[in-house]
Amino acid sequence: MSNAQDLLFRTLADPTRRTSFERLCREGEQTVGALTTRAKVSQPAVSKHLAVLKQAGLVRDRHEGRQTHYSAQLSALAPLIDWTSQMTGFWQSRFDQLEDLLKRMDQ
Amino acid sequence: MTDTATETRSVILEREFPHALEKIWRALTQPHLIAEWLLKNDFQPVVGHPFKLRGDPQPGWNGIIDCKVLVVEPNKTLSYTWVAGEADLAIQSVVTFSVSPAGAGTLLRMEQTGFRPDQQRNYQGAKYGWAHFFGRLEQVLEKQV
Repeated sequence: MSNAQDLLFRTLADPTRRTSFERLCREGEQTVGALTTRAKVSQPAVSKHLAVLKQAGLVRDRHEGRQTHYSAQLSALAPLIDWTSQMTGFWQSRFDQLEDLLKRMDQ
Repeated sequence: MTDTATETRSVILEREFPHALEKIWRALTQPHLIAEWLLKNDFQPVVGHPFKLRGDPQPGWNGIIDCKVLVVEPNKTLSYTWVAGEADLAIQSVVTFSVSPAGAGTLLRMEQTGFRPDQQRNYQGAKYGWAHFFGRLEQVLEKQV
């Protein structure tokens, strides 16, 4: 495993960190406060996790007044992504849906 | 001679369905049926027809796949281009569906061949399929415990 992959896996192995990162991916930019409200840990703990994510290049911060906004950097996942296996997963799930549709067309 | 500037990759999926071939062809070529199993679309089974498949927008991707019909051989082969992503960073690919009789049912074969500059592959992959990544990551992490 390359160093880049190793760092990403280690960074995302922590469930709290992974949840914060996933939330930023799904919902877009958020403040530390907003992320803390929904995490089960304290704000300093969330800040610490965000710092680790930032170090791995997985998030970027932006200061605005007294608030720090964090956003996900999807391009940092590049070393882990393989187009072929992604598309295989995509088409497998679509074939499942096609199978359901074909059954419904009988009725 | 090897062309190092571009790389070709294919995804092939085959499945037998216990349904008539004509019915599967309809599911592949009628917009309201395509929408039910693949994505919302403005497809028309006409060679040269440009259309869009619309998925849910995600961070870094507007969810739109630009397509153009390449081949329509009724009850046999359907092929279209499939370009996901924006401008010059887009993933270029061609999707080809083939249907053939198999026993009492029908064999559906899907082949997607992608072409793109090698250095952009991973970056675009990340933009395009990040959601699927989480499932894979979970699996890898579970194996490591």
